[in-house]
Amino acid sequence: MTSQSPLAIEATGLVKVFGETRAVDGVDLAVRSGSVYGVLGPNGAGKTTAIRMLATLLRPDAGSARVLGHDIVEEADAVRSAVTLTGQLASVDEDLTGRENLILVGRLLGLKRARAKNRSTELLEAFGLAEAATKLVKNYSGGMRRRLDIAASIVVTPRLMFLDEPTTGLDPRSRNQVWDIIRMLVAGETTILLCTQYLEEADQLADGIAVIDHGKVIAEGTPGQLKASVGAGALHVRLLDPHQRPEAERLLTRDLGSAFLEPDPAALSVQCADADRGAEAIAGLTRAGVKIADFSLGQPSLDEVFLALTGHPAETEPSLETDAIEEEQPA
Amino acid sequence: MNMTTPDAATLGADEEAVRKAISSTARPPKASPLSAALSFGWRGMLKVKHVPEQLLDVTITPVMFVLMFTYLFGGAIAGSTGEYLRYILPGILVMSVLFTTVYSGVALNTDLTKGVVDRFRSLPIWRPAPLVGSLIGDSVRYLIAGTVIIVLGLALGYRSDGGVGGVLAALGLVVVFAFGLSWVFTTIGLVMRSPNAVMNAGFMGIFPVTFLSNAFVDPETLPAGLEAFVNANPISILVDAARGLMEGNPSVGDIGIVLATAAILTLVFAPLTTRLYQRA
Repeated sequence: MTSQSPLAIEATGLVKVFGETRAVDGVDLAVRSGSVYGVLGPNGAGKTTAIRMLATLLRPDAGSARVLGHDIVEEADAVRSAVTLTGQLASVDEDLTGRENLILVGRLLGLKRARAKNRSTELLEAFGLAEAATKLVKNYSGGMRRRLDIAASIVVTPRLMFLDEPTTGLDPRSRNQVWDIIRMLVAGETTILLCTQYLEEADQLADGIAVIDHGKVIAEGTPGQLKASVGAGALHVRLLDPHQRPEAERLLTRDLGSAFLEPDPAALSVQCADADRGAEAIAGLTRAGVKIADFSLGQPSLDEVFLALTGHPAETEPSLETDAIEEEQPA
Repeated sequence: MNMTTPDAATLGADEEAVRKAISSTARPPKASPLSAALSFGWRGMLKVKHVPEQLLDVTITPVMFVLMFTYLFGGAIAGSTGEYLRYILPGILVMSVLFTTVYSGVALNTDLTKGVVDRFRSLPIWRPAPLVGSLIGDSVRYLIAGTVIIVLGLALGYRSDGGVGGVLAALGLVVVFAFGLSWVFTTIGLVMRSPNAVMNAGFMGIFPVTFLSNAFVDPETLPAGLEAFVNANPISILVDAARGLMEGNPSVGDIGIVLATAAILTLVFAPLTTRLYQRA
């Protein structure tokens, strides 16, 4: 059966329990067709479990979901016919060459032998893997493996793509390559569900974001709304001497507002949208004799987002819709 | 915060090619069950090609067995190595091929620790295809293991009364039985935690069952209780059937039991393995 729903994914109350752990504990999602939707959360938040249920690899213990109009349990095969999954562990066969991987996937999807071969050549060239085509994948770098993984996911263009932490463990250059590919996929008509633990990644790619923690969606909105909820930017400071942190905390709190102590005992950060005020505050630290190892003005970290979203008992669910500040997406 | 957008050159290809590659494919009709299974069989063959060490287990162990048993025990058990070779060659053929089936479970368990299984399971293919395909691929390895034994036996002076046809039929029968038995090990491969655990559990089962058969000694020399067990052991029946074919006096009854056992094992354990695989 088909559906004209404008929603590519519609999930209500999804639950998955492993033993004592409620890995996914009542997740609702609504993802528009043609968009990139980011699922943001730390390790163990339940992102992968949620994605695996939507990709028909796990049966939900409760709740239901429709992917492209098909029920993920009752019509699993119809779902599989229209989606692809790029898993956290790079879903390619390490003991085969890059070319063989793509031919195998093409054949399994029903391409004729000659077409599968042509298609593999086309993809290997497009993704900069032509020279490595006949090398075994176990000898690929992390970035090459990811690119091959994504290539395998689009041997036949999917209507929906699940990307589970596509850049975790990649160096910045490889990460940018993967981001470029994702952007081009979106420019086509593919809907993408992107799991990530990096706010920056969701910010770069996603139109909408759900923040997930302990198996629950704790906030939802555009990247701009989400960042606005924790302040548009943050000043990160690392000190030479951790013993000076209380002093630095006092000064930063005085100049910019409540400072956040990072897990690194020498580091702290504070919300700061204005570069001038940030520079003033740094100068203030120096004048007071606090030695600074380095500092930067950038996006709030995921830790800060989480603190802002979960740290205030009064706000159980931050109302992102009301105080949204739309931001220009940097190119 | 500003991200620098990398130029297309970092992709190692021009953007146009990527765009074209992304946009170009219409969805073909689904692969048939047979074609999907054969594609997985092809994958198995490619692995043998890329990791030929895999074949060492399959070839070296049987060679050791033939040499050890023939020359170590031959004189003591049968009076001469030649006589004993004639008795045990069908038995060693069975043992070598059946030992190889354990590796099917080990390989499946190893596969599960890799991300590629997620891709297979999220493809719109006939559900048992990855398993059936792997076992078709593995059957080629069983065939190689069996052929090594027979060639070595011939080199050591084994002569068959059943002729080429009888020997090939025995080999075929053993491989068919192995295909059925390997479903048991794929099931074990899906419930155990590690490839090593599968290997240990597999051999803990197959080792005694193979030795407590008529593969190496005449059951009449055994204590009564053991003799009864050995005679009822399906492996003994398989060895008898293979021996019959190789000696030129095939027993239709034995062959029938062997084929039926293989069919039952497949009918019980293939659906079980498929279900477990889908949920793993």
